Amino acid sequence: MNSQPLSFVPASEFKQRAAAAVADDHLRKSFRGAMDFLINKRAAQFPDPAALESQRSLAEHIRKYSLARLPELLEQLEQKLVANGVQVHWAENAEEACAIIVGIARRHSTKLMVKGKSMVSEEVELNHAMADAGIEALESDMGEYIVQLDGEKPSHIIMPAIHKTREQIARLFAEKVPGAAYTDSVDELIGIGRAVLREKFMSAEVGLSGVNFAVAETGTLCLVENEGNGRMCTTVPDVHIAITGIEKVVEKLEHVPPLFGLLTRSATGQAITTYFNMISGPRKPDEKDGPGEMHLVLVDNGRTQAYSDEQMRSTLQCIRCGACMNHCPVYTRIGGHAYGTTYPGPIGEIISPHMLGLAATHVLPTASSLCGACGEVCPVRIPIPELLVRLREEAQHDARPGHAPMVGQGAAKSRLADAIWSGWAAMYTRPALYRAFGWLATRFRALTPPMQGGWTVSRTPMKPARRTLHELMAERE
Amino acid sequence: MSARDRILQRLRAAPQGKAPLAPDVPAFYDALGAAAPAGTRASRIALFCEKMAFWHGEVVRVTRDKWPQKLHELCLAKGVRSLLYGPQSEHAAALVAAGIDGLKPYDRPVGEWKKALFEDTDAGLTATRGGIAETGTLIVWPDASEPRLMSLVPPIHFALLDADQLHDTLFDAMRVQRWSDGMPTNALLVSGPSKTADIQVTLAYGAHGPKELVVLLLVNEEEMQ
Repeated sequence: MNSQPLSFVPASEFKQRAAAAVADDHLRKSFRGAMDFLINKRAAQFPDPAALESQRSLAEHIRKYSLARLPELLEQLEQKLVANGVQVHWAENAEEACAIIVGIARRHSTKLMVKGKSMVSEEVELNHAMADAGIEALESDMGEYIVQLDGEKPSHIIMPAIHKTREQIARLFAEKVPGAAYTDSVDELIGIGRAVLREKFMSAEVGLSGVNFAVAETGTLCLVENEGNGRMCTTVPDVHIAITGIEKVVEKLEHVPPLFGLLTRSATGQAITTYFNMISGPRKPDEKDGPGEMHLVLVDNGRTQAYSDEQMRSTLQCIRCGACMNHCPVYTRIGGHAYGTTYPGPIGEIISPHMLGLAATHVLPTASSLCGACGEVCPVRIPIPELLVRLREEAQHDARPGHAPMVGQGAAKSRLADAIWSGWAAMYTRPALYRAFGWLATRFRALTPPMQGGWTVSRTPMKPARRTLHELMAERE
Repeated sequence: MSARDRILQRLRAAPQGKAPLAPDVPAFYDALGAAAPAGTRASRIALFCEKMAFWHGEVVRVTRDKWPQKLHELCLAKGVRSLLYGPQSEHAAALVAAGIDGLKPYDRPVGEWKKALFEDTDAGLTATRGGIAETGTLIVWPDASEPRLMSLVPPIHFALLDADQLHDTLFDAMRVQRWSDGMPTNALLVSGPSKTADIQVTLAYGAHGPKELVVLLLVNEEEMQ
């Protein structure tokens, strides 16, 4: 199944894809329904606004504190994990991360690697790298399994197959799962997935997982899930590889409950998930199960660029709950695939430029009405709207004095736009020029073009008034 | 220079404003606790049962001396033909004495009997280290005598929970049980049977793990209701 490459689409075609998505009634219905469901479920978990604000303050504080001490905490985490028997690897970019994992898998002559849900593994395009190495990388989260079966990528970070209807999944299973009869009962479809994947858990040599929180004081990796596939991947195969971004570390175990409580409530409106899996090391000599060998891959991939700027550092506070996308009017209308990046929605718009460079992603921060909903629901209070504005600015201009340029700094600069703004500035600072323009624009108003690009797609054309306001006021006196 | 050193160097080179003070998490929970009526044993039991039922977990109240007999009845009622248990666990002797058919000890490394574990085991029984009332959660602490997969692979998970070990919140459990002094290789919070809503946000139970979770809540005679 993994021989079929997953489609990856660069963010540069965002506008075309967004237009196509907006015209797709089916897709819009799927997303609107699912997002309304998640919005209501979340709201029901936070009946007391004052209590929510105090929880957000604590969570924000924990994340800011952890980031302020990030280098020390990463070293402490590494030291603890190594003492617990875990091998720790560091990767500066996606290629390095993939090479490390392919290398481990090859050393164990791996044919099959089962994967628990990990957005970082999507971010580094691990499945491609494994396919190139001739190793099957099988997604085992039901939603991820469904999208992989159809050769797609997740459209939501928490609910990967949210864009698909039950009927589409029923047809997909009947077509692609060997021996599966057609059924559109959700219970039976899940039963089919369960049976297929249990076989795979038994035979896989390597299991891969993400990490939700990494605790430095004890060297503990925490995984949040409902299905149990994460536990399977981290327990049954002989080798467990965890992959995570460097920002996921917290100092103490006691920092976890406030973040965990907000994560599940913000994400799916659950007070807690079925499983919270805390892993601190491989199987001990007297234990009868668990992986004999354990690895953690710490991935930078642009995170240090966000870290290097005090404002943009707050991007790394994210605990990946997805509430910002659930509440985003743009995401709800265009869905996750239109963005063309691993992380869609508002969080994707502010994190992707660091991972992929502004040249490929400068259009993403413009996919927002700046309504502010994302910032309002963010459990760790990332000022997403401010960061969107900041990234728009970075895409249009040279780096601020004293700041290192971002990758792709100024990628959206346009000579025409610069010339228009210079002209505008000149006119508005010279009264004579301003009056001359006003006189000309009103006298020659008949010459305004009837088609005015994007403006006239759904609006009547703009036309100057018959007389300038100055002239009208002068007439009244 | 290694990738590790370059990453750490970039992080250390970043400007740092005033360092935030360490967050006082205990003070946060203490303030919450002070604002609400203090949790009693009875309120914790009631809340745990309510929340666990919400997660589709079944709670059976039973006294300390009667749980093996109750488990026997449950196994018969559910048609359990094989029940996995830890032969070195504290409760093994009582369990064996109950005369349950098809008792299956987890007595060798999983690699030697993976297929039988996955395909031929109806249920597993584990102890728990306690429970959390606020969320209806079990604290499962696998070890050499009760390995990790016992609570994951069999379709039914029976869990023994002592009502004395119920805590109000996850934070309380962590603090009272002093988790930060040393974590086991694997520790788990379990709230109900395995589930998914990945197909059109429709909830389905028994995704990859147990389809049923049955909690044998050990209570005093007067708490039996």
